[in-house]
Amino acid sequence: MPATNTIDGHTFAINEEGFFTQRDDWNEELAGILAELIGVEMTDAHWKALRFMRDDQATTGVTPTLRRMQTVGGFDVKELYRLFPGKPAKKMSYLAGLPKPIGCV
Amino acid sequence: MRSVPEGFVVPNFGPAPAAAAASGRTRTEVAGGGSSGDTGPRKLALICSKGNLDMAYPGLILGNAAASEGVEVHVFFTFWGLDIVNTKTNGNLKFTMVGNTAMHMNELGRIKPGLEHRSMPQIMGRIPGMTKFATWMMKKQIAELDVPDVPDFLDLMQAAGVHMYACRMTFDMMKLIEADMHPGVEGVISATDFIEISENAQTIFI
Repeated sequence: MPATNTIDGHTFAINEEGFFTQRDDWNEELAGILAELIGVEMTDAHWKALRFMRDDQATTGVTPTLRRMQTVGGFDVKELYRLFPGKPAKKMSYLAGLPKPIGCV
Repeated sequence: MRSVPEGFVVPNFGPAPAAAAASGRTRTEVAGGGSSGDTGPRKLALICSKGNLDMAYPGLILGNAAASEGVEVHVFFTFWGLDIVNTKTNGNLKFTMVGNTAMHMNELGRIKPGLEHRSMPQIMGRIPGMTKFATWMMKKQIAELDVPDVPDFLDLMQAAGVHMYACRMTFDMMKLIEADMHPGVEGVISATDFIEISENAQTIFI
């Protein structure tokens, strides 16, 4: 039985760190709740980054790194650091319902 | 900020930057007490002293990775390491197989299995054009992994908030000018300045 998190009627499978293991367990309402938990105030710019992450992961099978967000998604890295301060790549992948990125850059 | 329900597992995103700054605490204060397992804000100091292409990347990758983990990063470029932030040289760093006894090439395995693990004779590095070829090869392999070239990497680090400095002594010795420095370089500072800046940091010399 894999571990799960439950909040406000949403249940999703997680790994030992708490990251999603099933991308289909995610929905935008849940993302909004999780954002509140980790202290991120969602705006359109935040959602744009999360949607790109999910779309990109759907085609490549891996969570995009910050570098890929820049080169493929056209996002400004400085802006991503501002939107998701501290650990941008990890915060974004968490809120997008994806595993944390494995790339080095 | 909503509190985390009991039994709910949230990945470790570190302390909220605003909260950590507001409390004004330092690493040493936190290390002295507290039972939460929170070690406080981390700080990393990197000293980049080499200007070879293959010796530039370790510092850039570590510094950038640490920044994306919320670590405060300070990089001091000294001696040949200044070539990494000198815009006149940093697009043209080279890799040479001379003096590198670990020089082996994956591609050679296609010629004869096992050859990819054998180090190449040092004399081959002296063949004219070999450094150029080896540099081209390494740059190609780096680009294939979507890892940026050195100038782009510095842009990335600057965007990530990495603090970069040039070594005053090297700067004077090599007669460099500030206009040639990558814009991410915050200043030309002395060794003692860097020692002060890197107080309580984990320090890595490359």
